[in-house]
Amino acid sequence: MNSVLYDVPGPKAKARNVVYTVVFLAVLGLVAYWVLSAMADKHQLEADKWSPFVTDSRVWTTYLLPGLVETLKAAALSILIALPLGAALGIGRLSDHRWVRVPVGAVVEFFRAIPVLLLMIFANQVYAQFTPISSDFRPLYAVVTGLVLYNASVIAEIVRAGVLSLPRGQGDAAVALGMRKGQTMLYVLLPQAVTVMLPALVSQLVVIVKDTALGGAMLGFGELLSQNRQITANYGANTIAAFTVIALIYIVLNALLTQCAALLEKRLRQGRKAAAVKDAGPITNVEMGGAGATGV
Amino acid sequence: MKLRHASAAAAAVVLALTATACGSGSDSGSNGDKITIGIKFDQPGLGLKTPDGSYAGFDVDVAKYVAKELGYSEDKITWKQAPSAERENLIKNGDVKFVVASYSINEKRLKEVDFAGPYFLTHQDLLVRADDTTITKVEDLNSKKLCSVTGSTSAQNVKEKLAPQADLQQLGGYSECLTGLENKAVDALTTDASILAGYASQKEHQGKFKLVGLSMSDENYGIGIKKGDSELKGKINKALEKMVSDGTWDKLVKQNFGPSGYKNEPAPKIAG
Amino acid sequence: MFDFLDSGQYDLLGAFWVTAQLALYSAIGSLIWGTALVAMRVSPVPLMRGFGTAYVNLVRNTPLTVVIVACSFGLNQTLQVTLGGDTFEQIGFRLAVLGLTAYTGTFVCEALRSGINTVPAGQAEAARALGMSFTQVLTLVILPQAFRAAITPLANVLIALTKNTTVAAAISAAEAAFLMKAMIENEADALFVIFGIFAFGFIVLTLPTGLFLGWAAKRLAVKR
Repeated sequence: MNSVLYDVPGPKAKARNVVYTVVFLAVLGLVAYWVLSAMADKHQLEADKWSPFVTDSRVWTTYLLPGLVETLKAAALSILIALPLGAALGIGRLSDHRWVRVPVGAVVEFFRAIPVLLLMIFANQVYAQFTPISSDFRPLYAVVTGLVLYNASVIAEIVRAGVLSLPRGQGDAAVALGMRKGQTMLYVLLPQAVTVMLPALVSQLVVIVKDTALGGAMLGFGELLSQNRQITANYGANTIAAFTVIALIYIVLNALLTQCAALLEKRLRQGRKAAAVKDAGPITNVEMGGAGATGV
Repeated sequence: MKLRHASAAAAAVVLALTATACGSGSDSGSNGDKITIGIKFDQPGLGLKTPDGSYAGFDVDVAKYVAKELGYSEDKITWKQAPSAERENLIKNGDVKFVVASYSINEKRLKEVDFAGPYFLTHQDLLVRADDTTITKVEDLNSKKLCSVTGSTSAQNVKEKLAPQADLQQLGGYSECLTGLENKAVDALTTDASILAGYASQKEHQGKFKLVGLSMSDENYGIGIKKGDSELKGKINKALEKMVSDGTWDKLVKQNFGPSGYKNEPAPKIAG
Repeated sequence: MFDFLDSGQYDLLGAFWVTAQLALYSAIGSLIWGTALVAMRVSPVPLMRGFGTAYVNLVRNTPLTVVIVACSFGLNQTLQVTLGGDTFEQIGFRLAVLGLTAYTGTFVCEALRSGINTVPAGQAEAARALGMSFTQVLTLVILPQAFRAAITPLANVLIALTKNTTVAAAISAAEAAFLMKAMIENEADALFVIFGIFAFGFIVLTLPTGLFLGWAAKRLAVKR
């Protein structure tokens, strides 16, 4: 798509691009210099603020790695529960029956409108007052509950949009083949919708990983970001260093997640193409759905 | 077929996680010969998780002493993080036997839980840079930049009563405020003197900051216990009395707050 | 149980007004910044493309709390950027707008990019055949259609933004979550009531936005 927007650069355009590049680099360099020199002025680059992360392995074993494990645990649980629940809600909202469609719609809209942090605190309070869940797991359960309720409703919307974006003929063809409504959804529409909506789904997964951080400060959930409090309390208020290191861990983690998803997407698209080429005619679409399903 | 494998694996993971979650669910502050105590994990001088995974601070030492008097040696103690907003929940649900976490006694909290003690009296105070001589009394704050933790009692106290004109910045934690103080982005950090002294005593901060020594409020730290548990309250109070009379209290205060030059109040009298 | 609401101690409407303002300014800012980012990502200059991609991937993968706190520490305390504010409350508000803009801009950029993908290639080719430059192709032909196609994802981004303003409490912006923290500290016995009030407030803020934009998306959809 990109290259469609402009002509192949000629000699003049190439020269102009070089000028733009140089100017842009110069501006970036100036900003970097300004930031670093100001930080040095304020003694924020001093070795004793940053060196613990390199020289003292206990920072990692006592704080960062256990925090990372908690983050991953909460994120994995939330994803595993939110995906099927979201798909179910999305399908429910597409139902032919009014008594299913309307309440599901209300649930989705309600949980989409409330900040996740509020949901987590609320869940925590409910668990604390009405259930015997031990406090060792209460923050984790509360965080997962908040994330699942919110993200399932977002995923529901994504799935619904995906199903609606499919050509009408897909559903009609399935009906013509004598499939029941459930079969049509499960074998024909859903697999294709998931493939279409994969980029949106993946960014939602990244959101889940990041939002685990909300449970830290208020609920005492020992996730990665909240470890900065304990680190800075031990190593002389090196807040800038601690936040930088933690941010880098998040960035790497989410980049890995995005990368995996990109690979998966590529495979799915190849699968679809292969199926489409293999067969022509009305049956293709059904086969395409099948190929999609095995790919997921 | 890949789909089936993936979902089977996922199901296995969920099952495993819930199984571990349920397996170790024991809900009482003390079962058999173990005891669970709620403390802060991120307050130097009071309750701090140190890099080697142990816990240090005045609250921790008091908790250890009380636990010993109740018949639990140090290795029988399980420490549990008790963030401010969670303290009442932990006590009410019996997740912890008691909470020693810079827990000021006040009327609102007395509706929810009971307190043994108090074991320490401190005041809201200011921490300033060591070379700053312009702040000596509360009124000086009105032209100064001040930092505290979002929504905390100290922050509300300054804003509503003590120095309404002060430029108050509220951040997520004390370390953030301390970075601001070091950067000269703020002029003073306000909260309980004991917390400030804990930070000022750390070796990275010695000589950089000082306490002003104001008494802007009275904070009586108590040990939070389940409402109506007068037997435990009596036992803890007896332990606290013994701690003061045998000189341990003085020793622990010196040990934890000494390097900051914090002039602590004498041990408070325990309320019946 | 509700008596603390009548005491006049808490300015609920004021706090939600700040939330609304925060959301509005950040929405405008992030729409502009997101459009600039998407222009960079499809521009002919390789370095700008690289910067756009790198920026989006870095900022989008960072928790918002970190972005907001970085604005406070990096920009305000270290670089002494005050954005013309005099008190911490003003500075906090403006920095929060900046942080939310920097963060939400990446999501706007991605939404617009998917919008651009819906515009048939023939449109751009026709525009180029007419002799239009890259800027003209983008601003006159592609983006207007992309915006209309991207209203639904943009609506989701804006609703998420409204709720994300709660994170700004971390740097002293006096919005709803900031007041909620103070209320929880003082009224520990009325937690459920407090949550109920704030949940209701956010529903009031976000539902009309969602409904209006949903209507707009249908109304403005590009008919093909």
